[in-house]
Amino acid sequence: MPELGVVHSFTVTFIVRRFNPETDQEPYWQDFDVEMYSTDRVLDGLHKIKWEQDGSLSFRRSCAHGICGSDAMRINGRNRLACKTLIKDLDITKPVYVEAIKGLPLEKDLIVDMEPFFAAYREVQPFLQSTSKPDKENIQSPEQRARFDDTTKCILCAACTTSCPVFWTDGQYFGPAAIVAAHRFIFDSRDEASQVRLDILNSKEGVWRCRTTFNCTEACPRGIEITKAISEVKQATISGVRR
Amino acid sequence: MKLFRFDRLAWIFMRVSGFILIALIFTHLTVNLMQDGGVKAIDFAFVAGKLANPFWQWFDVTLLWLALIHGSNGMRVVVNDYVERTGVRRFLLASLVISTTTLIVLGTLVIFTLDPCPVGSPSDLLPSFCPAG
Repeated sequence: MPELGVVHSFTVTFIVRRFNPETDQEPYWQDFDVEMYSTDRVLDGLHKIKWEQDGSLSFRRSCAHGICGSDAMRINGRNRLACKTLIKDLDITKPVYVEAIKGLPLEKDLIVDMEPFFAAYREVQPFLQSTSKPDKENIQSPEQRARFDDTTKCILCAACTTSCPVFWTDGQYFGPAAIVAAHRFIFDSRDEASQVRLDILNSKEGVWRCRTTFNCTEACPRGIEITKAISEVKQATISGVRR
Repeated sequence: MKLFRFDRLAWIFMRVSGFILIALIFTHLTVNLMQDGGVKAIDFAFVAGKLANPFWQWFDVTLLWLALIHGSNGMRVVVNDYVERTGVRRFLLASLVISTTTLIVLGTLVIFTLDPCPVGSPSDLLPSFCPAG
C-alpha cells in the first residue's frame, strides 16, 4: 500500500545562462539538476541552486509573489516572472532554459541594467499633472476610472519591453512599458498633460515603431492588453483623447 | 500637436492605401485574368486596348503609385528595424527612394504615352492590329 500523505519529488534540469563580467568574455550555459515538487516555481529552483549548489548564481527577486516585478527572465524562450511560473506548467521531461531578459545590457547571470528601461519610463512623465487645486475630492466616475484600469496594473518588470523585437534592434524605441505608463495618465480624466505625453510618443521612436507583433501582450505577467493600449495611444494622436 | 509628423503620416498612409489596394488589386486580377477568356486573352493588344481607355489609365496609375509607395514604405520600415549600421541603412534607404522614383516615373510615362502603333515604324515590328502603313 502506498504511503499516504507523501509528496513526491522529481529531478528537474535547469540550464542557466551564466555570465560573470570579471572572468567571462561571453555568456555560457550551465546545467543544474534540482529536486523539486510540482507545487514549486522556477524561482524555487533558482533558490535551491543558489543556496545548495552554487552561491555565485545571481538574480533579482524581492517579494517573490508576482507584485514587485524584480524577477522577470526568459524561461524556455518566453519572458516570464520566475515567481509566477509553476514547475507543473513546464515540460520537465526536457531541461528548463533560464536566461536574462534581452535588449538591456547584461550585468551578471540573470541581472541586466534596467536604467535604459527606466529612462524611457521617466520620459513619458508617468505622474498625475493637475493645475487646479480643488477644495474637495477630485471626483472621477467609475466609467472614467475604468477607461485606464488595465494599464494601472503594470509592475514595471520589463517583460514586455524586452520581448519586443523592435526594442531589441537598437533600444531607441520607447518600448511597450513606457507607452503603457503614458496610457495610464493620457486617459485619466483628472490629468491635464495628455497632449504633452502624446507629443512625446508621436515621434520617430514613439508609438509608430510598434509593429503589433503582440509579444508584449503575451509576455505581460499581469495580463495587460498592451498592444491594445498602444493602439489606443496611436488613435489618440490622430483623433484626440476620448476619456 | 505635431500633425505632420512623418511617421504618423506614413502610418496612416499604410492603412488607407492598404484598404484601397485590396479593391484595386482584386479588380485588376478579375479583369485581367478571369473575364473574357481569362489569362489566355492577355496579349499586347489586350494591354494596348486597356491603356487606350482613360478609365483604365487612371485606374492603373493609381494602382502603380499606391502599390509602389506602400511597398517601399514597408521596406523602409523593415530597413529601419533591422539594419543597425548607419552607412548600410543610408545606402539601402537611398536605393529604395531611387528605385521607387524610377519605377513610378517610367510606369506613369508608359501608362499615359503608350502608342501601340507608332507612326513610321517598320511594319514587321508592329503588332498585327495596327493599320498597315
